Amino acid sequence: MSLLALRGVACLRGGRLLFKGLDLALGPGGAALVQGPNGAGKSSLLRVAAGLLRAAAGTVERAEAGLADEHLALDERQSLRRALAFWVKDPAPGMQAMGVDHLADVPVRMLSTGQRKRAALARVVAAGAPLWLLDEPGNGLDADGLARLEAAMAAHRAAGGAILAATHQPLALAGAQQVTLT
Amino acid sequence: MTGLILRELRLALAGGAAALPLVFFLLVATLFPFAVGPDGPLLARTGGGALWTAALLAALLPVDLLVEPDRAAGVLDQLHLRGFGEETVALAKLIGHWLSFGPPLMLAAIPAAALMKLQGEALWRLELGLAIGTPGLAALSIGVAALTAGLRRSGALAGLLLLPLAVPLLIFGAGYLERGNESGALQLLGAVSLLLVAGAPFAAGAAIRAGRD
Repeated sequence: MSLLALRGVACLRGGRLLFKGLDLALGPGGAALVQGPNGAGKSSLLRVAAGLLRAAAGTVERAEAGLADEHLALDERQSLRRALAFWVKDPAPGMQAMGVDHLADVPVRMLSTGQRKRAALARVVAAGAPLWLLDEPGNGLDADGLARLEAAMAAHRAAGGAILAATHQPLALAGAQQVTLT
Repeated sequence: MTGLILRELRLALAGGAAALPLVFFLLVATLFPFAVGPDGPLLARTGGGALWTAALLAALLPVDLLVEPDRAAGVLDQLHLRGFGEETVALAKLIGHWLSFGPPLMLAAIPAAALMKLQGEALWRLELGLAIGTPGLAALSIGVAALTAGLRRSGALAGLLLLPLAVPLLIFGAGYLERGNESGALQLLGAVSLLLVAGAPFAAGAAIRAGRD
């Protein structure tokens, strides 16, 4: 059973061909690391996989997915717990995994850059979707945050989930397929 | 779906999308008698049209608060990943927006009508017209908000898009208020409103999808 299958996918943005003929399959426990310079189409690839962008060619099949990108998508006025609770039934495991449980009652607008990133990741962890789509998940995270992220990713894969991550930072994903965009 | 509607209501009440049109509508209703003068029969004859125009312009005020904040914050993307179709999201926004816009406007129409010397029968016709017309106005607002989301200075463009499309609502709404239902104005108002409510979620959904490219 495959959680993500891209076959011959091409992506066209603003009349420019970012990549073509991309094949990628992720099964349970699988992971892929998308790398490449700025503007190579890493984020676009994730958005194609998420179904937010239409692929110019090829087919995309995926299981239910959670996405963490540069947009937080949490209501700024609400406390972190309530804002997360709009998206997931029980935000507590995600907040614990990302070490933001002590911020549960803090309004989202008061969070720092790194805390916001942790909150976005906490939603993905708590949502429990089998496929994680992570766009620059390590951006803005300190050493503790990075360690928690890597632990959460390892636990997710051990539980039969799959991860597609785009990053230009070193990220520990043991045995991950490498997808290099140019 | 209920959660989405409740969220829209909460954001409208906290973010000013509910209060802005209401205050604007009451303000126009207060200013108009000052401009026209205290001539009761003249006010009663022209006031209904002024109130309908005020309702139309009031619908325009919250347009930039309806879709753009959710687009910019990535909420629309996350809803897509949760399996909500863009049309469903637009319909939830329509219902939530109407709840925060229509009933308060109908309440505000009572003091506004008093200022315009509209009494008895005329007040009922105004209320009935607003009850039927405001869903159409809310639908137009959502459609235009989705079309202009992500554009700079979208407010002016939203006005240019929304007001011409709202002309039928104005004609039949104000016509019913002035002459009663002798020429079927109420049915036509209902037809226009229904058409807008039925069409807006699809137009807005397509606009949200197109806005991602």
